[in-house]
Amino acid sequence: MNPVGLSLEQAPPFDVPLRFFLTAPFFLVLAAMVLLWHGPELFASRWLPAPLALTHLLTLGFMAQVMIGALLQMLPVVIGVTVPRPQWIAALIHLPLTLGTLTLAGAFLLGSPLGFQIASGLLGLGFGVALIAFNLAVWRAPVTSGTVIAVRCALGGLLVTVTLGLLLGGFFGWGLSLPIVTITTLHAVWGLVGWTVLLVAGIADQVVPMFHITPAYPCWLSRGFAPLMAVMLALWSGLMLGNREIATQLAGVALALGIAVFAGTTLHLLNQRRRKIGDPVLAYWRISLISLLASAALWLATSFLPALMPWSTVEWLLGILLIVGFAGAVINGMLYKIVPFLAWFHLQAQLLGRAKVPHMKQLLPDAPVRRQGWAYLVALLLLLAAAVYPPVFTYPAALALGLAGGWLDVNLWSVWRIYRQALSKGLAAV
Amino acid sequence: MPSVAEFLAAEHRQCDDRFAAAEEAAHLADLTGCRIRFQQFQAAMNHHFHKEEDTLFPAFEQATGNTMGPTRVMRLEHQQICDTLAEMSSALTSGDLEEYLGQAETLLILTQQHNIKEEQILYPMCDEILGAAAQSMIQAMQDLPV
Repeated sequence: MNPVGLSLEQAPPFDVPLRFFLTAPFFLVLAAMVLLWHGPELFASRWLPAPLALTHLLTLGFMAQVMIGALLQMLPVVIGVTVPRPQWIAALIHLPLTLGTLTLAGAFLLGSPLGFQIASGLLGLGFGVALIAFNLAVWRAPVTSGTVIAVRCALGGLLVTVTLGLLLGGFFGWGLSLPIVTITTLHAVWGLVGWTVLLVAGIADQVVPMFHITPAYPCWLSRGFAPLMAVMLALWSGLMLGNREIATQLAGVALALGIAVFAGTTLHLLNQRRRKIGDPVLAYWRISLISLLASAALWLATSFLPALMPWSTVEWLLGILLIVGFAGAVINGMLYKIVPFLAWFHLQAQLLGRAKVPHMKQLLPDAPVRRQGWAYLVALLLLLAAAVYPPVFTYPAALALGLAGGWLDVNLWSVWRIYRQALSKGLAAV
Repeated sequence: MPSVAEFLAAEHRQCDDRFAAAEEAAHLADLTGCRIRFQQFQAAMNHHFHKEEDTLFPAFEQATGNTMGPTRVMRLEHQQICDTLAEMSSALTSGDLEEYLGQAETLLILTQQHNIKEEQILYPMCDEILGAAAQSMIQAMQDLPV
């Protein structure tokens, strides 16, 4: 424990996380446009360029943007260490990540090796800066809490995901010879489980009990979940690379069970919450966790009953449940807590009592949040339906996804607008 | 005997319960019930801050020789929390439950991000720094008059 390096300073400047949060929803709209443009044939195979572009618009453009922006904001709070020069670091991550995602999606759609080369460089730079900055912070944490352990494991997951992604960039951009199917599967599972599930679990460990006033997670889950899952993922990867089919399947079952335990426990905690009043963000958590539980159940069911449905459909459903259901929903919900709170917080700090600061519900009322939440749920259900029966459901799913993403952006920009108005009015009143 | 971290985290949970009770009354448009519960909540919060600022923080500052570090930020956040509690109180005086609920939402996030810092970082450090003196520290906090 080292009190010297400790900083409980409150927050980086507002624009540090906000630039990520306001960019991210555009990528939901772009993903919807790719789906609309390609129509039902997009679902023919997940190996086609269009679904690969779509997937990366969602995972890099939406998920990674918000996860990285939120980490820059939250590390001082949950870990007690600030990232140095946050505005520079944020710019050095945000610009290459945004441009790299657009270039990568373009490279898939146009089949351009040069596009893959540029995207690999940009994304390597953005994630490289993020990994170095976050690792320097989390390894200096003064206290090793459950969240610190989980964030360290998640950053390990991100490192593996990015490394495999760059290898795949080498395949598409420079013709590197690789076992492409295996590397792609590893890349996807490390990204979705090793980075995303572990990071969400680490943050949930703090955020669920505190913001929804529930009992705490059991200690063994809080401290043990992330390391156990990380070891199991490494084992699963090793077995897969060694072509041990049955053992790989068993390790996969263990991973799915672990995920189910986390999702089930969190849902149970939310049911025991002592804050009884309704909260639209609670609904987002439930959509997220039920999707996560459903993905684990689907994985287990098809492990034991492979004849249940075609494997290609299972892959689509797993992808949609994990990306749009689990990660997308919890990210969407968390944005509705973080953005209005930060707007209030920075107004408070800048106006210093010279003018009354609008509270969170004035910055973002419940009604538009609830309506956008319904649009998001409809989009998720239509996407799942489209994976099973593309001819009927693809276009409605694309429209709903575009609507939910656009609406999220409108809601977040409206917070920014009220923030600007309150700030200029407050400063003018002095 | 509990550690400082356990003792003060348990107080946070008691304050949370009082917060939730007052908020629920506001949600049910029960102005009288909300006023009574809010008073209990505000009193519990003030007493808790008093324990930290007059007993625990000075001991931490003396042991580390640092008065401009984490405890300074915690004191600043206590002030922000008290200001928001004052906003909630004046909303109840004017009978504006919608304003109260909006301020309550803000207070919840403000308080919980503060509690996370204390429970995850500051309290465990206090336990380590105080060592055997932690028990007498808890006793001193318990002995503070309400």
